[in-house]
Amino acid sequence: MSGVIDLLFWAFGASAVVTGWLVFRTDSMVRAAYWLMASFVAVGGILVLLDAQFLGLILILMMAGEMTIMAIFMVMFMMNPAGLNPMTMVHQHRASIISGAGAFIVLALVALFANFLAEPVPTGAEPTVDLGVELLGGSMLVFETAGVALLAVMIGAVALVSQQGRFGDAEAGSLEPSLETEGP
Amino acid sequence: MTLEAVLLVSAALFGIGVYGALSQQSFVMIMMGLELMLNGAIVAAVGFWWGTTGGNPEGQLLAIVVMAVMAIEGAIGFALVTNVYRVRKADITEKLRKLRG
Repeated sequence: MSGVIDLLFWAFGASAVVTGWLVFRTDSMVRAAYWLMASFVAVGGILVLLDAQFLGLILILMMAGEMTIMAIFMVMFMMNPAGLNPMTMVHQHRASIISGAGAFIVLALVALFANFLAEPVPTGAEPTVDLGVELLGGSMLVFETAGVALLAVMIGAVALVSQQGRFGDAEAGSLEPSLETEGP
Repeated sequence: MTLEAVLLVSAALFGIGVYGALSQQSFVMIMMGLELMLNGAIVAAVGFWWGTTGGNPEGQLLAIVVMAVMAIEGAIGFALVTNVYRVRKADITEKLRKLRG
């Protein structure tokens, strides 16, 4: 049983990393969005293997929705329709490669050489039940704060993209008034 | 499947995200790099919950907070990209050399 889980873990892990890499290697931005979704689905699989079934499945559900919306935005902002031409839109490439590899190496050294507590999830535990009790019990404030933050973000996003406000143009209320007074 | 292996996958995802966020010119591709970094953070958070907390549910709560951050980043990011495009006609970072508009 643990052999199967190991095999599945390495399959999910490798596909999460490879599809994450392909996000920046494909010529079409729509395909990049779907490669990112594939990476999230593989990570959802890893979470399920790590006994966090609820988190894994809501990650997949959430990302399926978000990446579909993202694909639409990609079409709107795509400079290279349909990915028919080769596309490399990068700057400071060497520095970026060094920073990415450096971040990986530092984190990998921490992962391999730090001493962590070894207290795994006990067998027979029900993590989803525990999480539900925690969300509506001791940590309700955290959960509700996340909900209110999302509501504020919805209002903020609409305010940012609106073209018309109550008094004409959207930025009418946020322009500085002129220093010269009108009239006597 | 050990905690070290989980953290290695998380480190690889985070490294790719750093590379993408720093190297891409298009705003939406930069956001994909940020999402990949948060993806690695979720793997690490759930890995630590699985391996070191003895099943304390507050560890899973951290992953839920990271997912909320992901949704917030996506919504505000797209709103900003749309606004910048409308005001400046800019869709890549090189067109935004001046902060003052």
